[in-house]
Order: sequence, then C-alpha cells, then structure tokens
Amino acid sequence: MASRSLRMMALVVAAALAFCGAAGAKTLRASMHSDLKIVDPIWTTALITVNHGYMIYDTLFALDAKLAVQPQMVDRYETSADKLTWTFTLRDGLEWHDGARVTAEDCVASLKRWGARDAMGQKLMSFVAELGAPDAKTIRMTLKEPYGLVLQTLAKPGASVPFMMPKRIAETDPQKQITEYVGSGPFIFKADEWRPGEKAVYLKNAKYKPRSEPASGLAGGKVAKVDRVEWIWIADAQTQVNALINGEIDFIEAPPHDLLPLLAEDKNIELFVFGKSGRQNALRFNTLHKPFDNAKIRLAVAYALNQKDLLDAVIGTPRWYVECKSLFPCGSPLQSTTGWDDKFTSDFAKARALLQEAGYDGSPVVLMQSTDIASLSNLAPVTKSLLEKAGFKVDLQAMDWQTLVTRRTKKDPPNAGGWSTFLTSWASVDILDPVAASFLNASCEKATFGWPCDAEMEKLRDSFAKETDPAKQKAIAEAVQLRLVDYPTHLMLGQYVQPQAFRKNVVGLLEAPSLALWNIEVK
Amino acid sequence: MLGYILRRLIATLPVMLIVAVLVFLMLRLTPGDPAAIIAGDNANNEQIALIRNRLGLDEPIFTQFFIWIANILRGDFGESFFFKKTVAELIASRLEPTLALSLATIILAVAIAVPLGVLAAYKHGTLIDKVVMGFSVLGFSVPVFVIGYLLIYLFAIKLNWLPVQGYQRIADGVGGFLQRLILPALTLSVIYVALIARMTRTSVLDVMNEDYIRTARAKGQVEIKVLFKHALKNAAVPIVTVIGLGVALLIGGVVVTESVFTIPGLGRLTVDAVLARDYPTIQAVILLFSLVYVLINLAVDLAYTLFDPRIRY
Repeated sequence: MASRSLRMMALVVAAALAFCGAAGAKTLRASMHSDLKIVDPIWTTALITVNHGYMIYDTLFALDAKLAVQPQMVDRYETSADKLTWTFTLRDGLEWHDGARVTAEDCVASLKRWGARDAMGQKLMSFVAELGAPDAKTIRMTLKEPYGLVLQTLAKPGASVPFMMPKRIAETDPQKQITEYVGSGPFIFKADEWRPGEKAVYLKNAKYKPRSEPASGLAGGKVAKVDRVEWIWIADAQTQVNALINGEIDFIEAPPHDLLPLLAEDKNIELFVFGKSGRQNALRFNTLHKPFDNAKIRLAVAYALNQKDLLDAVIGTPRWYVECKSLFPCGSPLQSTTGWDDKFTSDFAKARALLQEAGYDGSPVVLMQSTDIASLSNLAPVTKSLLEKAGFKVDLQAMDWQTLVTRRTKKDPPNAGGWSTFLTSWASVDILDPVAASFLNASCEKATFGWPCDAEMEKLRDSFAKETDPAKQKAIAEAVQLRLVDYPTHLMLGQYVQPQAFRKNVVGLLEAPSLALWNIEVK
Repeated sequence: MLGYILRRLIATLPVMLIVAVLVFLMLRLTPGDPAAIIAGDNANNEQIALIRNRLGLDEPIFTQFFIWIANILRGDFGESFFFKKTVAELIASRLEPTLALSLATIILAVAIAVPLGVLAAYKHGTLIDKVVMGFSVLGFSVPVFVIGYLLIYLFAIKLNWLPVQGYQRIADGVGGFLQRLILPALTLSVIYVALIARMTRTSVLDVMNEDYIRTARAKGQVEIKVLFKHALKNAAVPIVTVIGLGVALLIGGVVVTESVFTIPGLGRLTVDAVLARDYPTIQAVILLFSLVYVLINLAVDLAYTLFDPRIRY
C-alpha cells in the first residue's frame, strides 16, 4: 500500500513538475455547469461527477459521435453461439494513474460495484450467472439467458457510467463513497488542488495510451492535448459570460439560452453544441391519485399541450430546439412517432371529449413548478394555461427544485402534501431505449416517483431486454410507444440542445454524448 | 470592565442555544430532503430511505438534535452531507476570503463614509450636502448585485483594469489578492457607505451647535480640527453603533457579492449548503455568523468607553 501511494505521489509530482517546467504549458480553464462536490461517479448520478468520471476514468465500451457502441478499454470481444457467454479482452498497455497495470480483476470488481447501484447495471446483473476474470486480460460474463443490451449497458453514458477503477477501490461498499481517486483515463485528478466551491484541477496523464482510431464521441483515441484543465466554479451565469468575454476563462459548459445572443455578438467567442442529441423535456404523472390515476385523463393532457409553446417559453429560438413526438430521442436509432402524430397539437376539443369520456370530476391537478432552474421554470405556467383551456382545474405550486425533488417522493394525495404532476428534463442519452428510460418503469411500488403500474409495459420492457436482434428491438420499442398511448407514464415535451461557449483559441471540441475534454487544444 | 466582559460572554451562551434550537428546527421544518437530493433522479423510495438511514435523518428529531448538540460540545460540528469533509474543515477553508472581503469593506466604507458625512454636515443645506445625501439614498436603493455588475462592466470589461471574478489567497501574492478584492469590496461597501455617511451627518449636525464647538472656534481652532477632533469624537457613539449593526447587513451582502464575484467564501458556502439542504454545514455557518454578530455587539459596547468617558462598565 505504501509503495503504491509513493508511486501515485511520484506520478502526480512528476506530472506537476512537467507542467511547471514545460515551456508554454497549456491550461484549459473551463466554467462548468455545477460545482464538483462528490467525486465518486458510481455513488452519485450528478452530471458534474459524470464529467469528472470521463476525465480520469476509462470505460470498457463507449458511444461514438453517432451513438454507436465501440470498444474502448476492450481490445476485442466475442459472444458464444447461444449468446450466453461474453468474453472481453483488455487492450495492452492500460495503466492506472498509480502506475499499476489494469487487470481484468479490477474491471470485474468495478462492474460489480456499479451493477449494485445503477438501474441498468442492476438489470444486467439480474441476467448474469457468473462474472469473472480467468486471466489478467480476460473478463468473462456468463448469462442465465440471452440479454440484448449487454454492450449498450457497458457503454452507457449519462448518469451512472460503468467507469473502471482499481480493485481495491472498486471493492468499496457501493453505499459508501470512495476515498481514493485513481483511474486510468486521459487526465489525473489533482486531489490536493481540489477546493469544492472553487475549482477542480486535472493534469494530463502522459502515460495514457490512446486507441489508434481518431477520437469520436466518447470513443476512439482520447488524446489529452492540454497539460492542465481547471474547472472553475462560477455560480453566477452573468459572471461566467463576463469572465469569458474578458478572457479569464476559455470555455462555458452551459451558458443560459437567454445569454447566448450576448456571447454570439463577441468576435472572440464561438458557440458549439457537443451533445447534438440534447435533452428531452418531460411531464411526469402521479398515477396513484386523482385525476391522473385514470389513463384517459393522462392522455387528454397530451392533446391539450403543444411542444412549440413550451419550447418557446424556455429556449426561445428554434435554432436550439426541435419539436419531437418520439418517445425515444429524435436522432437516435429508436426514433419513431408511431401513435403520437395527432398528439401535442393543443386539440382542446379532443382533450375535453376525453375528459368527459373519462368522467373527470374537476379534481385539481397539483402542478409543481420549479422556480430556480431557468430551463424548467417557464414550462409550468404555459402548461397550466394549456391545461385550463382544455378544461382541467390546475393548482400551480411554486417551489425550489430541491423541495420538488423531496415532494415528488411523497405518495400522499395531492391535497395532503402530495402532487399530481411536474416538469423535468432528461439527457437524451439516458432515455435511448425502454430499459434505460426509467420513467417507463411501470413496476408499481418499485417504479420511480409517479409509481405507474402496468404489467403490459413491463412485459414489453422485459422482451426488449432479452431481444438481441436490433430490428426486433426496434419493433418492440414501437410497441412500447404505442402502449404509452394507452397507459401514459409521462409525456415528451420536445427536445433542445445546450450550446457551449468558448473562446476562438480553443479548438478540437468533440461532438459526444457527454462532455469530452480530451482532443482540445488551447492555441 | 473585565467582570462586564465575562458577564456578557456568559450571556452569549443562552443566545447561542436559542439560535441553535431555531436553526435546527427551521431546517427540519423547511421542505426538502437531503437524501432525495443525494439519491438523484433514478432513485426509488427504497434507495432514498437507505440514504436517509445512513445520514441519521430517520431518527426522531429530538434524538438528532441532542446528538448534534452533544457533538458540538465536544467540538465536532459533523461532516457535510455533500462534501467529503468535516464542517470545521470546510469553514476553515472558506474563512479567509470572507474575512478579507468584510474587513476591506469596513475599512473602505469607514474611510469614505465618515469624511463624506462630516463634509455633508459642515456644508449643511448646500449642493454638496444634497449630493452626499442623494448618493446615500441611491446606495440604499440599488441592489448589491446591480452595483456589482455595473462596476464589472466599467472596470473589468470596458477599462480592463481589474479581473471580472475570482479570489487569490494572500499567501499566493499580495498584488493579486488586492487586485481581486477591490471590486467586490467596493461593491459591498456602497450600501455601507450610504448608511454610515447618513448617520455621521446627522450625529455631527447634532453636536455642531453645542457650546464646546463654539468655544473651540472662539479659541481659534482651525475648522478641520473643530470638525474631526471635537465634533466627530462627540458624535462617534451612534456612528460606531451603526457600524456594528451594519455587520448584519454585511453578512447578507457577502452572500450576494461572493456569488457575483466568484469568491469562495462563507457566503457562497451558505448558498450552496442551503440549496443542497446540507444541514450540518448550514447549522454551523449560522451559528458562526450569530457568534460573530454577538461578539461585534460586545466590541461596539466596549468601544463606547473610548469615545465617551462618562460610559463605565
């Protein structure tokens, strides 16, 4: 242990000295969307921690710019004819930041810890009969029955990514946070310079061996082209913009849409969208209580709303949004509008007819409005107005996001501290299929807040998970989308992208499902 | 005097206990559950309950309170729910920026406001008086963040004299430290200047017609001496009181100013902790702010004896 710590310290010191000594050492100063508070990407689903994960850890597989699965730490893999045994062989030359070799045992331990926390990981593990490391470079996964999402699960971006860690760290109780931050990724976390509320620092991992393919999305050769990356936490959006204009930072990860015109006017600044798939706005129903315990009343909401009004209210210009009636994100392989073409048209007559047919008794819809998240706040009043035009009685209740997050877990009736509906958004990469999209989980008590309960939906999700033929998977996904018409768990309210702003001396930004800071140069 | 200080310090204890009870209760009664925040979007109620259990939030509220108080008495303020650090470490790491900003603001404010207030009193009824009082009204009325943005626009973006944001610790260089402190201190001092200048003007005006001022003038004292040696010293008690009371104003202003200028101090820590419902951190920071406020009031009371020999404790 002592020698490992010494090796790690020597590596960080060497990297730091190399940085200090190198003439013209390049630093990328990025203002991120949030402060880095938690540095265990398996323990939390916070997006900032996922970004941190991609800096210092690597993954077995990754999605490229076209959202196709590509091997990353894995050199080659094979599946047995019965599709029950998967064998993955690691690439040569993989090393942890402390200098130790990456072994299959490390990866097995990492997968087990992640599989204990992540919903998709849990699903995969429920199919796994045995997961082991027959030798230092080989991971063998034996399944109880064929599972169609093995690679998609191992390559999943978004919340809770299966990052690989050394075995001693990966054996940490999944319910506790790790205390050592050693990865094998293109950057090394400089823990001694990490000041929560101020900044996080990463140094280039000079010993990282990138793949030979060009970088594409989160896959391909991850070449760190700057010596140091500083994530500077600037809480105030206007100050972020001022600091970028003044050249104090090089990059803003998530400037608010209303400040984009100001940035676009500056000749030294460019806007770029790294995540073309963007985010999908969603309206979630509480299916336990009136009025949304009735599927027809939930469907009436789909007829009452229209995506344009809602997107105009929060994003403004159509340059950054797209009306998309597909359950799975537009631009993704499972995109389809089957069953939903006539919805989201603000057809109030149809909505009123449905309400009458369903016997709507005027129970108020308790709509929770999050007031402190700019991209969500304006959705609620527009939703209220459209629902009222369709004949709903709406009780709009304003609160901060953290209060909403707490209240949405309450199963009490809406008039006793519970709720009927709220608005949120998902990263498109988190809802690429029926298993990944947790709002489709209709397993009653085990489902997330809203607690939909539909055996048919669960049967379809299971068959999707077991299906290994992509064409048949697509057909099942369409069946899920059709089932959503009969049993709406939530509604999709359009897709938008979050542009990034950077100074023009920063080049090489990658289109990727999550933020990728390798391949970037500061000229 | 020593006995008085001791009595005041002992009286601090029940005050702090009341603050502790209030802050603890208010946090528990405020909607929002740290466990649900930590659990994230994909968690079900079972997973949230597990986190709540680990944080000790499923214990009865009285048990939680007594555990917290017992730990404080042992000098343990607990561990932040979100940062993997003890609250004491967190506060220690954020103390310097806030102290620097507060001290710079007070020094700047007193240095500007007292002469302005004296000048306004001396030129009572003239244009100078009206300008100073107009500035005071403006200083009170314009929100701190607006002043901050205006100063950033002028001094950082247009003139490029000072940086937009950030903080440099004094150990990393005095030049950079001062360069980054000027704009936030100036921003925060505006409201403080307005307050002190107004009070100084009124207090000095009150004493300007006193016999000893007339006597001093009759003895041929130069006007500046009359104003600053005789008038100001006798008018000092209410001014010092306002400076002390203004610390509460300063604490509120620090929260906003630190956000606008990206200063990693206690103000930002408070905002982050409140948004995340990080109970141990919020509780400790509020207790610290309360203690500082109580001690400053004590210091103000003691300062009276310096200006008015009739006051004895």
